[in-house]
Amino acid sequence: MTTATLETLQSDADTLFRRKRLTAYAVPAVIFAYFVYIFFAFDFAGLASRAQPANAMTLASDMLSYKVHVTRSHRSGEIDYAVEGERKGRYPDGMRPDWASDAGETTVLSLGDGYEVRLLPDNRTEFDVPGHGTIEAQFDGTKVVTNLGDTPPDWVNASRTRVAITTDGGRVTITRSKTEVFNYFGGWELFWFTLDSPYYGQSFGSILFGDQIDPTRPNLAGAWHDFWQNPMWRHADVVWAIGETILMAFLGTFGGAIIALPLAFMAAKRFAPIMALRFAMRRLFDFVRGVDALIWTIVLSRAFGPGPLTGALAILITDTGTFGKIFSEALENVDEKQIEGVSSTGAKPLQRYRFGVIPQVVPVLLAQVLYFLESNTRSATIIGAITGGGIGLLITQAIQTQKDWEEVAYYIILIILMVIFMDWLSGVLRRRLIRGDAE
Amino acid sequence: MADLTAGGSTGVADVQSRYMEMVQRKRLYGGLTLLIFVVLMVSGFMVADDRNAGGFWDGIDNMGDYPAAVLAEAWEKLADLPGLMVKYFPALIETINIAAVSTLTGVLAGFVLAMLGTRGLARWPALIPVFRRITDVMRAVPEIVIALMLIFVLGGGPVPAVIAIAIHTAGAIGKLFSEVAENADLKPVEGLQSIGANWSQRILLGVLPQVAPNFLSYALLRFEINIRASAILGFVGAGGIGYELRNSMSWGPGRFDEAAAIFVLLFGTIVFFDQVSSRYRNRMTEGQGA
Repeated sequence: MTTATLETLQSDADTLFRRKRLTAYAVPAVIFAYFVYIFFAFDFAGLASRAQPANAMTLASDMLSYKVHVTRSHRSGEIDYAVEGERKGRYPDGMRPDWASDAGETTVLSLGDGYEVRLLPDNRTEFDVPGHGTIEAQFDGTKVVTNLGDTPPDWVNASRTRVAITTDGGRVTITRSKTEVFNYFGGWELFWFTLDSPYYGQSFGSILFGDQIDPTRPNLAGAWHDFWQNPMWRHADVVWAIGETILMAFLGTFGGAIIALPLAFMAAKRFAPIMALRFAMRRLFDFVRGVDALIWTIVLSRAFGPGPLTGALAILITDTGTFGKIFSEALENVDEKQIEGVSSTGAKPLQRYRFGVIPQVVPVLLAQVLYFLESNTRSATIIGAITGGGIGLLITQAIQTQKDWEEVAYYIILIILMVIFMDWLSGVLRRRLIRGDAE
Repeated sequence: MADLTAGGSTGVADVQSRYMEMVQRKRLYGGLTLLIFVVLMVSGFMVADDRNAGGFWDGIDNMGDYPAAVLAEAWEKLADLPGLMVKYFPALIETINIAAVSTLTGVLAGFVLAMLGTRGLARWPALIPVFRRITDVMRAVPEIVIALMLIFVLGGGPVPAVIAIAIHTAGAIGKLFSEVAENADLKPVEGLQSIGANWSQRILLGVLPQVAPNFLSYALLRFEINIRASAILGFVGAGGIGYELRNSMSWGPGRFDEAAAIFVLLFGTIVFFDQVSSRYRNRMTEGQGA
């Protein structure tokens, strides 16, 4: 008898162990099989052919560096200097970078490390490349002629109408209409002031304590104005955009909470005796949540047009559903004793809610709302990209132009700081409000 | 006796006046806070209304127009709707797959990050702040930013979305898991250490069984969130149902039936996974309580 039980026990234990061992292997195996399926479903193998490593290089280098374009027009022979080739970054007349100099009729551009470009009259160009020699090129009115012969090195892309020379020191492109020289530098140029501002190139000390730079304006006010209105980096617009994003999150979160609170009472079993109403409210919450912020954004932007209000309303509507659900669950868990105590003093229903229920649930609800404030800041960035408002719009625009990567990097840093700030703020408020109520 | 009542009554009056003073001060503070809040809300609303292309009061009448147009057209072509839903089903599967893969990888990475960033469990205690900051930054970057940059490098398709969502998921899960793991009992870990278990064995055998129900429930919640995120990323070009939705919307009236079919699919999916995940989550957390 005892041996029999022992044996059944043992066999039971064996089966149990076998099953456990099986699951221990089966779960990773299922996950692995799923990954294999995904590998083919998402065409990871084809990814290598579609990927453009050159783009990754541009992205990475552009984020941390800038280039100065030197452009010579083949028609007029005029030479133009501009940061990133943009009009906003153009050197004003009579001003040019210090690595450009004149030698008679020739303009000499020393790109550093022995690389030197000379722009000669008659649209001739000479490019000293260390380790190779001097490349000579000229646009003779019909085609581009070089001294490279029939087999140019692989860093030169030459045809009759276009010659592009890419080296570590810089890039030279010669087409029918112009000769362009790109000189690369690290950092973010013109972040503080553009070249047309008198404060460009001045140190902080000389702006703060030095002589008046612009005779018409005091230093500090003038510098602030030129920095704030910087046409290249648009600091004022960027700060506005961040404000707009936070505003969307703020309006959406708190607006949603204000609307959800009375609705949650109607959905909580304890406060809404009519089952049909309760059921209707809950389905309403489910519906609003299920439609999802994406669809709400689309529907709302049809009605209100693009802008921060649309984003705020999209967050508000989605959050009303979420808050309604969370709030009604919290309301069902309130302690009956406090309500009884308040009603024993002859309080009317509204007073019972005010003094019996609200003090119990407010800390819980407020904590939830503040949690959402932080996560909605991120949502507002994403919704802004779709509906067209705030920092989300700026960053998607910058990414889609595919050249202002340094601005993208700047916006990413600002977004991270913004989200971390909201996280911190919501944490501080949460701690203070909840502790304050506990005291 | 008389003394006592007299003393008591002055005491009561004193207490009462002090109480009223306190109540008044509290009311004042509460009123001020409320006032500031209301001013912020109203002025914020006015600023947002001002910067919006269309005003709130003009737009509120038109709010029903678009859904009504879509619904009317879908109703007209009701017979086509099932066919269209079948047509877009593969895109829906792709959206769900994006969410599932990114949740799986994100949760695994977040788990490791959480363990490396939790006091008492970390492999290298000196590096805890480093891993925490990494988690913070991963959490703070919105998915759309990473997705758009990766689309530039990798081309459109589901992979940029997977990577973008996985990074954010790892950050969010890393924080949540670390908060849970902080409350885990360290005795099993010490026991395992005393018999010479290495770090991964201590975590997998000592910590994981304690926190698994909580972790699984968070992971499910995350999956639900990621389905929504993956639909949104599709809208900016990362494949799946969101991409189809944008295409069908850009065709405008005449093709609203396609938009309606996608709306229905998306709505149904979100509600379905919402219900399933909340049921399992309830079961898991209840099971833990019992």
